[in-house]
Amino acid sequence: MIQFEKFTLPNGLRVVVHEDAATPMAVVNIMYDVGARDEDPGKTGFAHLFEHLMFGGSVNIEDFETPLQMAGGENNAYTTNDVTNYYVQLPAENLETALWLESDRLLSLAFDEKSLEVQRKVVSEEFKEHYINKPYGDVWFKLREMAYPNHPYRWMTIGKELSHIENATLEDVKQFFFKHYRPVNAILVVGGNVKTVEVKTLVEKWFADIPAGEKYVRSIPDELPQTAPRRMEVKADVPLDALYKCWHMDDRMSHGYYVADLITEVLGGGGSSRLFQSLVKEKKLFSHIECYHFGSVDKGLVAIEGKLVKGVKMEDAEKAVDEELEKLKKDGITEKELTKIQNKTESSIAFEDMSVMTRTNNLAFYELLGDADLFNTDREKYFAVTREDILLYSRKIFDVNNSNTLCYYSNN
Amino acid sequence: MLNRTIAPIIKEPVDFTISLPGCQKHTLSNGIEVYTVDMGSEETLMINWVFYAGNWYEDTKAVAAATNFLLKNGTSKRSAFDINEHFEYYGAYLSRSCYNETSELTLHCLNKHTNELLPVAAELITDAVFPAEELAIYKQNAKQRLQVSLQKCEFVAGRLIDAYLFGEQHPYGKYNNAEDYDAIQREDIVAFYNNYYRNGRCVIFAAGKLPADLINELEKHFGSLPLRSHRQELTVVRHPLQPAAQKKSHIINDAAGVQAAIRIASPFPNRHHPDFQKGLVLNTLFGGFFGSRLMANIREDKGYTYGIYSYLLNHIHECGWLISTEAGRDVSEATITEIYNEMELLREEPVDDEELLMTRNYMIGSILGDLDGPFQVIGRWKNLILNNIEESYFHNSLHVIRTVTAQELQELANKYLQPDQFYELVVI
Repeated sequence: MIQFEKFTLPNGLRVVVHEDAATPMAVVNIMYDVGARDEDPGKTGFAHLFEHLMFGGSVNIEDFETPLQMAGGENNAYTTNDVTNYYVQLPAENLETALWLESDRLLSLAFDEKSLEVQRKVVSEEFKEHYINKPYGDVWFKLREMAYPNHPYRWMTIGKELSHIENATLEDVKQFFFKHYRPVNAILVVGGNVKTVEVKTLVEKWFADIPAGEKYVRSIPDELPQTAPRRMEVKADVPLDALYKCWHMDDRMSHGYYVADLITEVLGGGGSSRLFQSLVKEKKLFSHIECYHFGSVDKGLVAIEGKLVKGVKMEDAEKAVDEELEKLKKDGITEKELTKIQNKTESSIAFEDMSVMTRTNNLAFYELLGDADLFNTDREKYFAVTREDILLYSRKIFDVNNSNTLCYYSNN
Repeated sequence: MLNRTIAPIIKEPVDFTISLPGCQKHTLSNGIEVYTVDMGSEETLMINWVFYAGNWYEDTKAVAAATNFLLKNGTSKRSAFDINEHFEYYGAYLSRSCYNETSELTLHCLNKHTNELLPVAAELITDAVFPAEELAIYKQNAKQRLQVSLQKCEFVAGRLIDAYLFGEQHPYGKYNNAEDYDAIQREDIVAFYNNYYRNGRCVIFAAGKLPADLINELEKHFGSLPLRSHRQELTVVRHPLQPAAQKKSHIINDAAGVQAAIRIASPFPNRHHPDFQKGLVLNTLFGGFFGSRLMANIREDKGYTYGIYSYLLNHIHECGWLISTEAGRDVSEATITEIYNEMELLREEPVDDEELLMTRNYMIGSILGDLDGPFQVIGRWKNLILNNIEESYFHNSLHVIRTVTAQELQELANKYLQPDQFYELVVI
């Protein structure tokens, strides 16, 4: 059980405090309820662009990094299709420095033309480094578009295309900021060697006078159930053929989420997993294969991807994957497999909980999902999953009409 | 009214008292040293077996890495699948990795399963059989992975710069091609395993909220094996450095590439040299963190790159100074010019007090943050033990961070940040 306390400021900022005297450090984590799914389809990549602009100084503090580094701190951030998360770790004595910095950038960014110009370039280089200059780097651009005809998960967090970032104006950026980065859309978690009473005083001091902002109400088209298989073929200058398949699964708060999470473990978790053992080791069709899911807040995807052994035909590789899925749909999993995935779940939660950084981050995410206390009840949901659940849910997900397939062929 | 332009008072990290939490040393009957850090709140632990079985010791390329990888792929009693399933059934992670001098087997598990897992770890160290079929799969998959990696400019640049700096025959500089994987013979692996694992030099590290009987269990499973203490070296293996003659190279790996991988590197003394710890401070200032000169200029001012860093390479014998970035193809020359400009500034002008203080505070804060938790603490100890240095080194490094002067850093820059000492490589 993880201990924490919660309170809400009059401007709507939700605050969670988690004391842990075993570390000399404090972590300040602020999660904004905005991700790539909240972007305008013609202006994608903005939430992520913000991750960069947020380090470019705020209205009263020209430079975010210098005072933080002076206080012995480090910070970083990430953006997903669902959320934007900023975190600072610093010696607990200097907690106030982090709250001062975070509160000022919540108050308002500097909105500096030069900073925007530079960060546009930096993000363009990031785009090139990860998605253009890498073999298979374009795969998820294509698969997302195929799998989501309606929902804004159809584009990547980095943006649908480089031009959206290159054309971002300061006015666009301002609008996006005041729509989403307001106390009423934010969750602040302070963890580590801190005292709740003191945190409360400091948070009130620095955050209470920030205008609440207007609550952003998300209205996103739900993805309709897929009714026919979708397929695509690509040819590119890559050394090996690769197969990518994905299927729609339930949203983060559904029972199906937990079942899907365990299904990916059975199929792709480690050297004794089904796909690895059967397709890499026994049949030698793939040199590498994995199964994972995106774990998104709205309905996500379960995916299987693998690189084919040179000389293997795409049809044979795909057929073998389908056979493994059929086996799962027919016979489900054994009692031993169920114990194994439950042991793995118990252990991965224990390892994750070792770091105060992950704990504060998770508290913020659970609070965003509805209640920080889900942190303590989430694991029970994994242990409540039965063999029957896995059998039925794999039949539901791995239905051919729910499948999206990308055959990625090598030109060589 | 709150004045937000005034920063809260900070407690300068340079003034912090930092202590390295203690580490216990035990010696098993066969002389194997076990180092333990017992702290933390979760019922989890990590056990790390370090062997002197890195590529430093191999006679044929790629044999050390293949042996390390295949440790888990079969014993006389269990298949690769059985081994994986045994560890995964208990929710444990058994990883292995191969470095230059050392190679490792690392177990992460819940305390309550430790005693189910230790005997199988011992089995891997004493009874791995390296089935021919497993080797064939390994070779094929390693070659395919290599083929994909070779399309990435950063991968190509990373291996070439090491070869330029240390020599293609030197363990720090050599790299594998497809034919090296083809040439691996099972007999070479078996021989390497016998010499460097089964009868090899080993040291064990364990950390977490440790079970009370851990040392007894380690003694039971590892204390009577024919392993030797890591401090015993029967024949001292040396490798001559053979740096490249050519200082500048420009390679087109992908004519359509949109970015250039830039690597600039020079030799630097190892951590036993008095310049090393001061060098760490200068490196941090130059390119070692987000607030560094290189990042501020080349990313945050010019937007040429997503990131740029410099590093002191932490090898045991020979070190080096490496600057590494992926920058836009059209700005790669401008990026290189700026890197040298920043070197020049460090040679010409002493760093001002505020920047130096910020660097000191950042470094101390980051060490404090790094000591958070048992795995991080044992990591510090491991670094000291494998490099054969005393605990005082840790405290001395804190002292250097607190006291090194702007003048000393400038002298160091003049000694080491000379462009003509650097190898310069651009791969597009």
